[in-house]
Amino acid sequence: MKFYNKKFNFLKFKKLFLILSLVFFFLSIIVFLTKGLNLGVDFKGGTVIEMKLSEPYSSEKIRKSLLKINLGDVSVKEFGSDREFLATIEKKGKNNNFVGSIKKHLEKDLNKKFDFRRVEVVGSKISKELTRDGIYSVVLALFLMLLYIWFRFEWQFSLGSILALLHDVIITIGAFSLVGFEFNLSIVAAILTIVGYSMNDTVVIYDRIREFLKIDDKQNIEELINDAINSTLSRTLKTSTTTLLALISIYLFGGEILKGFSFALIWGVLIGTYSSIFVAAPILVYFKVKRNWEEVVDNTP
Amino acid sequence: MLYFSRLKVLSIISIIFIGIYFFLPNISFLGNNKFFSEKKINLGLDLQGGSYLLLEIDSEPLIMQRLQTKSLEIRRALREKNIQYKDFNFTGKSLFFNYEIKQKNNIDQLLNEKSINSNIKTGGKEFEILYENNLVKLIFTKENLNLIKKNALDQSIEIVRNRIDELGTKEPNIITRGLDRILVELPGLKDPSAIKTLLGKTAKLTLRFVANSGNESSLGVESLSSNSTGAKYIVEKRIIISGEHLIDAQPGFDQLSNASVVNFKLDNIGSRKFALASKENIGRYLAIVLDKDVVSSPVIREAIVTGSGQISGNFTTQEANELAILLRAGALPAPLNIIEERSVGPDLGKESIEKGVLSLIIGFLLVMIYMIYNYKIFGIFSNISLLTNLIIIAGVLSLFGATLTLPGIAGIILTVGMAVDSNVLIYERIKEELKIEKNNLIAFDTAYKKVLTTILDSNITTLIAAFVLYYMGSGPVKGFAITLGVGIISTFFTTYVFGRLLVSKYIKKNKEKIIII
Repeated sequence: MKFYNKKFNFLKFKKLFLILSLVFFFLSIIVFLTKGLNLGVDFKGGTVIEMKLSEPYSSEKIRKSLLKINLGDVSVKEFGSDREFLATIEKKGKNNNFVGSIKKHLEKDLNKKFDFRRVEVVGSKISKELTRDGIYSVVLALFLMLLYIWFRFEWQFSLGSILALLHDVIITIGAFSLVGFEFNLSIVAAILTIVGYSMNDTVVIYDRIREFLKIDDKQNIEELINDAINSTLSRTLKTSTTTLLALISIYLFGGEILKGFSFALIWGVLIGTYSSIFVAAPILVYFKVKRNWEEVVDNTP
Repeated sequence: MLYFSRLKVLSIISIIFIGIYFFLPNISFLGNNKFFSEKKINLGLDLQGGSYLLLEIDSEPLIMQRLQTKSLEIRRALREKNIQYKDFNFTGKSLFFNYEIKQKNNIDQLLNEKSINSNIKTGGKEFEILYENNLVKLIFTKENLNLIKKNALDQSIEIVRNRIDELGTKEPNIITRGLDRILVELPGLKDPSAIKTLLGKTAKLTLRFVANSGNESSLGVESLSSNSTGAKYIVEKRIIISGEHLIDAQPGFDQLSNASVVNFKLDNIGSRKFALASKENIGRYLAIVLDKDVVSSPVIREAIVTGSGQISGNFTTQEANELAILLRAGALPAPLNIIEERSVGPDLGKESIEKGVLSLIIGFLLVMIYMIYNYKIFGIFSNISLLTNLIIIAGVLSLFGATLTLPGIAGIILTVGMAVDSNVLIYERIKEELKIEKNNLIAFDTAYKKVLTTILDSNITTLIAAFVLYYMGSGPVKGFAITLGVGIISTFFTTYVFGRLLVSKYIKKNKEKIIII
């Protein structure tokens, strides 16, 4: 089998990479458990207000003013320009005119005209439901994919791909915890997309491994897997590049709201590509992969 | 794989034309053309601006009310049958009282009578009966509680609709969600605060008498205050007339003081009751009570027989207007709480759509350039199929009247990535095959065959993610899932089917040429 140009020996340091991944995996869990996530209002409940002024202003002044009325924890940051701000407020207010009263207070206290461009208020009941749905959807998606891969391949592949996916999801959550980016509903969507993308990458390599297994059942499994990675390498890199091109353009030009989302996706593409090559494929060496993929011919008369 | 029958070519081309046909109405100057379908892609609230409000009915007071009436019914029935009872009380969702053991059979018979414990349409009884020594507990069944909630919801949604219609919002979308929630979507609304204030009040209007001094401690009165002045009133619990007797309410101005007022008209029964009560109580103070707020407290100077009246209470014009709307739309059976709100101003929506489309175009151009750089003429094929893909996605979204949200645009961009992936897979495979097979036709044919399972496997796994997102996700996540799901299916068609058609036409013309990808 010499129809591909062997270039790299990806499996030479497979133990090193697997250990590295394992370390990051557990570090992520530790960071997540100790530092937690910067949960957005979707999951924590509370109020988010995106506001705009006609002239540059300081986020600190807005924060101090908001602290004067009893709103619980308040944070204000610049959002895209020095005239736009995003305030995150712990309380959600029982009164239906809660947001209106905040606006009145700000305009009176700071003597400036505030334009509330976006308001999100999430009650604690809803935030609990959204958290539950978010967890369910990730778990359900992982489970269904596991079933699909099992059905299409073998349990070894299924296990390998799910381990790689868990690796991606946990490390992404770890990264969010470490950086302190807001974790909201669209990040859950991003994680599920990462799951889909990483799975996609893994499937392409697994497909090639299966194909090689069908052609040759004598070759050393490690060599065979390495061949499969190499022969799909240019596809893996080109696809990652194009997807990254599209995502970087959302990150740069898609506006402030899509920033967290596209950041998660860019991170996910990088880690998904890494995990397909350095986790999902090499890990198969340790599982006893079925060697005989010949179609069973039924010879009974 | 490279052979396409006429019929196949025809169906591929018709699918594309159908896509184009449904896509075209979205272009503004073609939108009103009679030749095209009226369906367009709806813009989500985050793109066109507007408010999303999720309201929950606070059903506790309603359940309390039901418990109260039920307890009156049962006590009356017990007295009629001369059955002794003690410590009749209710909490949460159950009634309970003490009885004498020897009466147990009589009580059991009484409590199981259809007039007392009636059947619920959806199955089951009104309450469950539990005996503990000499205590009997009547617990409202789940079916009964659900029925109470459902009735309240049905009533409320009508009133919510009335109130919102009164404000003249365009195309509001008001639907029930689950047992006790109402979803209100108000596209294009700039400031939802007026609607929020309107929805926040149950607006139960009652006309009662202020108690004569000296009666303050007696049972039939309660202490209420005025929200605007803070004054306290001792008001009789007895209601002369309530809001349901109103047939009209309009804001206006008092002829003497020129202050904003609300003029109301009563129906026949209301007029008669009011006339009688006012005749007998000349000189007394009336209390006009909205929910727990004493809006005004005029003195009765003469019998009011016309059935019309005026509420004055230091209103601004806007407040008078709001009150009139509330009175016309009717009272809510229970308070509504806003448990989720997402509002986007129209200019921010416009900004988002501009940025979203800009990033889509830039991303798209980058991908196209990259593909031509990598695959030359085949890059152009890939780009043609990519453009077709976008048009078909837009066409399908219009056909289903789907709503495009900002995450939806992100989903489309991701689809672009996925579509390119399929093309990359195909072309890389062709490269490999061309290295071992000199015959162009055979090489391309094998490549397409071999790559099919990979494309299917990878697309199906992503489709699984899209389905899960659609069914489990809410709001923004759903919008993303829709475009991703539609995108994947359309991608398979445009890259693997339509793209293959393009490539096969090219290969058949260049059978002998050495093809380098």
